[in-house]
Amino acid sequence: MNKDLTKKFSSGHATCAGCGIPAIVRTVLGATDEQVIVSNATGCLEVTTTIYPSTSWKVPYIHSVFGNAAATAAGIDAAQKALEKSGKLKNPAKIIAFGGDGGTYDIGLQALSGALERGHDFLYVCYDNEGYMNTGGQRSGATPYGANTETAPVGSQSFGKTQQRKDLMEIVKAHGIKYLAQANVAYLPDLKRKAQKALNTPGPSFLLVLQPCTQIWKFPTSEYVAIGKLATETNFWPLFEIEDGKYIINNIVKEPKPIEEFLKTQGRFKHLFKEKNLEVIKEIQKTVNENFEKLAKRAQIS
Amino acid sequence: MSNKKNKNIKALTGGYAVAEAWRQIRPDVMAVYPITPQTTIIETYAKMKADGLVEAEIVQVESEHSAMSATIGASAAGARAVTASSSQGILYMAETLPVVSGLGLPIVMSVSSRALSAPLNIHGEHGDVMAVRDLGWVQIFAEQVQDAYDDTIIAIKLAEEIGAPVMPIMDGFHTSHTTERIEILDDQVVKEFVGERKVQQSLTDFENPTTFGTLALQNTFFEFKLDQEKVMQKAKLAYKKICGEFFKISGRKYEMFEQYHLQDATSVIVIMGATGGTAKDVVDALRMSGKKVGLLSVKMFRPFPYAEIGAVLSHIPKIAVLDRAISFGAYPPLYQDIVSSLYHSSSRKPDLASYVYGLGGRDTMQKDIEKVFKDLEDGEIDNKVKYLV
Repeated sequence: MNKDLTKKFSSGHATCAGCGIPAIVRTVLGATDEQVIVSNATGCLEVTTTIYPSTSWKVPYIHSVFGNAAATAAGIDAAQKALEKSGKLKNPAKIIAFGGDGGTYDIGLQALSGALERGHDFLYVCYDNEGYMNTGGQRSGATPYGANTETAPVGSQSFGKTQQRKDLMEIVKAHGIKYLAQANVAYLPDLKRKAQKALNTPGPSFLLVLQPCTQIWKFPTSEYVAIGKLATETNFWPLFEIEDGKYIINNIVKEPKPIEEFLKTQGRFKHLFKEKNLEVIKEIQKTVNENFEKLAKRAQIS
Repeated sequence: MSNKKNKNIKALTGGYAVAEAWRQIRPDVMAVYPITPQTTIIETYAKMKADGLVEAEIVQVESEHSAMSATIGASAAGARAVTASSSQGILYMAETLPVVSGLGLPIVMSVSSRALSAPLNIHGEHGDVMAVRDLGWVQIFAEQVQDAYDDTIIAIKLAEEIGAPVMPIMDGFHTSHTTERIEILDDQVVKEFVGERKVQQSLTDFENPTTFGTLALQNTFFEFKLDQEKVMQKAKLAYKKICGEFFKISGRKYEMFEQYHLQDATSVIVIMGATGGTAKDVVDALRMSGKKVGLLSVKMFRPFPYAEIGAVLSHIPKIAVLDRAISFGAYPPLYQDIVSSLYHSSSRKPDLASYVYGLGGRDTMQKDIEKVFKDLEDGEIDNKVKYLV
């Protein structure tokens, strides 16, 4: 592999074929030349990269439990400040926390909120594969409406998840942090630019990165980039950033594709194309349109 | 030996005394989150920071789970990192406690022990610390405010020497909120005693990047746990050595357990924590009237000094073990460990009784302790747990 790509995160990890998580990690780590320390929530990234006695991490790394990546990062931040003050640390590192959507939207939300509110100097990166994929595909607060999951399965009385996903970007924004952005593994140059911005922002910053999961979304391993692109081209996952409260949409799609184009690529939405569930697709399209309008308004106003 | 001329005597509550010890120990990072009856420790420390008396970075976390998580991050980054908690707080962070011991982080958490809900009760009891007794933390119990102060200083040195976390414990309210006369060591003496933390591996060692918190499968996990057990066994020797060093700077002698009139005793109470003081008064009074009674107050509960306690108890005819915790559907924890101590130290089957006292802050008076000694004397001993309600 390219030596530059594996400088901080080696090849030979155990993520699934067709998983985009390593690309997200390498892009974020590659966005700075400074030292970094990684704090990682329990999840796909953690279990596939730290199987003792091996490790994929060529930078200092810590995994503690599922819900505390942000709180762990907060402690590292406090330690660096203290050690710098007492002359024991010359150049503090950039602190980057990685968590999946389970570890961020759900079990780690309180710890994330606390760390953002206290203003710790760190970047939190959520790779969002829209469910608990490491445990086999259960629904999370990030799972979209209508998706088939292990804990909100499709059945004669169910079309899958009946709730909308949580708007994590707005939740994080409400903490008044200086920089946050929504990105997509299918657009790595955009992700790199955002990671650079985030890492150069003093205090907390946040990146929400879409990560299509070949296993649980159910699509061929060659397709994660194509499906990631469709998520953005349908406005299901617009790319945008919020800098000092100002919204910027990074890629205004002139003619958004119908949501079916995205849904039909994945086994988790297969049931929606049955006659009785077509209303659900309409509902999803409606929500996509409404959400994008809201975002567009915010971008204009701010 | 201590310099008797320069004794620094103060009247302090347990909470303030522990904060005072932390001021002198000078941790790099302290995570703070309120919970009664621990709050006096962290708010006293926070005021010290506000007054410029301490340098530590204080992390005002949003929960106990994050308190220990931030402490883990800070300790792994090479800092001397500490926190404090009680009761529900300890159970809320319980998920992270075996992570601390599993990673070998020398974190010290000061505990004011308290009952667990439901029903809600904020008062002293050992139910909280008993619930986390098997998670690889050293647990040391204080009888009075002086111990709470001294234990904190000993705890940080012990943790950093063995590479394991330590929980110095005082009884909530009975010790944490009671003002007692204690002797404070000189700042410089404490500073020299605890020294600097010697860091083996850290997140801030960029030349040698370390992965903390790996995934260990069936082929390696077991060995990790056996290594932790070796550390716990090492803790006893290290504690003895550090207590010896502490005696030299303070004149105060601590051991894994305290023996009070055991030598010729025929009836003995085994206890832990604040009520040991009350029991000593009862022993004194009964001794005055010629009764051969004694007390064993356990200081180090984890690792448990089975052989050492067994050796001193094996000749005692009648023993009552007093637990300030209930173990539903089982014998209480200290009793279980005393049974194990005796079983392995002697072929003799002693007369052994189990009592539970002081739940939810219920006062345990001298008359209650007298009643236990009377039961022993009268042969009122059976295999049923008795309750000093």
